[in-house]
Amino acid sequence: MPLITYRKALNEAFSEELTRDDSVFLMGEEVAEYNGAYKVTEGLWERFGSKRVIDTPISEAAFLGLGVGAAMMGLRPVVELMFWSFAYVGFDQIINNAGCVRYMSGGLINVPMVIRGPANGGTSVGATHSHTPENLIANTPGLKVVCPATPYDAKGLMIASIRDNDTVCFMENTLLYGNTGEVPEGSYTIPLGVADIKRLGTDISFIAYGRAVLTALEAAEILQAEHGISAEVIDLRSIRPLDEETLLTSVAKTHRVLLIDENKPFCGVSAQIAAMIAEKAFDELDAPILRVTALDAPAIYSMPLEKLQLPTPERIISKALTLF
Amino acid sequence: MITTTPDSKEVAQAPINLAFTSEQKIAALREMLRIRRFEQQALKFYNQGKMGGFLHLYIGQESVAVAAASLMNGHDEMITAYRDHGHALAVGMSMEECMAELFGKATGCSKGKGGSMHFFAPDKHYWGGHGIVAGQVPLGLGLAFALKYKQIPGCALCFLGDGAVNQGVVAESLNLASLWDLPIVFIIENNGYSMGTSLERSSAIDNCLAERAAGFNMKWSVVNGSHFYELRATLHTSMEEARTTLRPVLLEIKTYRYYGHSIADANHKKYRTAEEIEQYKENHDPISCWQHQLLEEKILTESMLESIDGAAKEEAAASVIFAEASPWPEPESIFTDIYYEVDQASEAGRTGVHFFSDSR
Repeated sequence: MPLITYRKALNEAFSEELTRDDSVFLMGEEVAEYNGAYKVTEGLWERFGSKRVIDTPISEAAFLGLGVGAAMMGLRPVVELMFWSFAYVGFDQIINNAGCVRYMSGGLINVPMVIRGPANGGTSVGATHSHTPENLIANTPGLKVVCPATPYDAKGLMIASIRDNDTVCFMENTLLYGNTGEVPEGSYTIPLGVADIKRLGTDISFIAYGRAVLTALEAAEILQAEHGISAEVIDLRSIRPLDEETLLTSVAKTHRVLLIDENKPFCGVSAQIAAMIAEKAFDELDAPILRVTALDAPAIYSMPLEKLQLPTPERIISKALTLF
Repeated sequence: MITTTPDSKEVAQAPINLAFTSEQKIAALREMLRIRRFEQQALKFYNQGKMGGFLHLYIGQESVAVAAASLMNGHDEMITAYRDHGHALAVGMSMEECMAELFGKATGCSKGKGGSMHFFAPDKHYWGGHGIVAGQVPLGLGLAFALKYKQIPGCALCFLGDGAVNQGVVAESLNLASLWDLPIVFIIENNGYSMGTSLERSSAIDNCLAERAAGFNMKWSVVNGSHFYELRATLHTSMEEARTTLRPVLLEIKTYRYYGHSIADANHKKYRTAEEIEQYKENHDPISCWQHQLLEEKILTESMLESIDGAAKEEAAASVIFAEASPWPEPESIFTDIYYEVDQASEAGRTGVHFFSDSR
């Protein structure tokens, strides 16, 4: 299997879908002639032309709304946000229009659109460029949220998201774009709502998504080597729909849970999952449900401090050890 | 305030109006009366507490939606804001489904899930019915974008109010429409007030709102909404421009609403005078103006008018009976029409948990 980057895996997904389905088009700031601010769409404008790969002015509200309107008419827009942080100037279009129009029309309309781009901290760009809105979006019934951690998952989930007939908010990570992994050539899909056990273990369940999966895996190796504790690492992959069954099965096996994510703690994704486990698997637990999240402050600029703000293997290990 | 000038011979003689048959002229009158009678019934039952939320009446503005709908070519798409009952009826939605929606019933056009501000009929090229001021404007762009993308010979009719023009997304949308040559006609229904704030207190303009289009290299025009021939002539020219040259057009239609912003707007006689409202009703009412025109043309007689109006009143009253007799939506319906894939019970819809309430 070819070893390619997360960035290239996404690029292949677009290429496959642009070829397969004429109703798919890409749109966003600098996605075409510039080849993408993070080169995720590199080469696609040259190959597919200006009708299918479209540069927009800096008008997030307008082009997000345009995407919703076009999707209502049966097209399949893939709209890039240079940063998911920029979604905040177009939130009305995402939440009120993409998220609610099906319901308010009594099911007469659906919005088969993908909104995508990086949503992560850790790059010293300050608070306004470092938002992780997966919890905000997942709070809206009608929207779906996907956060892939690996190149393989990124490609398969992107193809599934483009083919999905609801709006999928696809959250990538600039720190993952350069990571490599084995990715099959050609087309394949990974269904939304299916978690992936990235590491089998018996003593504690680490539940994570996005880049936090990689941090959790690193912590799990150290925990095994230095403390003899076997951690199972579950990658949610999709936040909504959520694979509750895989989580609950793991909890029933390990009886200990540590939730790890780069989202903020208050009303974050981990808070929702902690509540779900408490409601559905309380009797399986031998210890409290604990969390390792981004520190609860706006993303700080200063480089060494920002590294501390996101979950680290050290924080994960020390928190995990309190559960034994 | 708009000025009173009779329909000039010129606009009445525009080819699109010469091609407008007597039957179609009567049909336009019928549509306007149906909208008015429908909304009067809605008002009556809203005041009796039979409806929730807000009720934004279109009374006084009926000519605008009816003129636009009379020009749609089967490929054109329409979208509007929350004052949407008139547009819905004008494109052919039934009074029954609309009234039932106001009553929150399962037989409503949105199954009781949308309410007054959210009527939709994609099969009639009608895309709502949107509650957030100006939120529908970029959706209209998307309709136009899809028409162009699919090479469909139609245009998008995107309605907005005079209060919407100061939302940032409107400027973004005007720019994109012009930049990308999208076949769209933006139609500002300027009724003079954004809720309780008059145009003068909300918009920095020299002569009119529409001239803002010039800043986006876009054609624009101002139309008197009381004059049906003028409305049709200008709308037709603009729609043809959009369809054939793929250039957007911005129209500002001077109109007036008799009731408040919504019926919950208790101050609507405080921010304007009773005389102003009466003056409009007396001299500019779009239905009276059109009736007068058709009587003069001897297409309409008083007895025909009585019978058309009587039928509209009966239909509106019957729609209330239908709505009252209709069932409430079942509690289970709270969880349908959220995700297409779940509704279809497709593989995607059956994979993973989509809803997170205990009571489900």
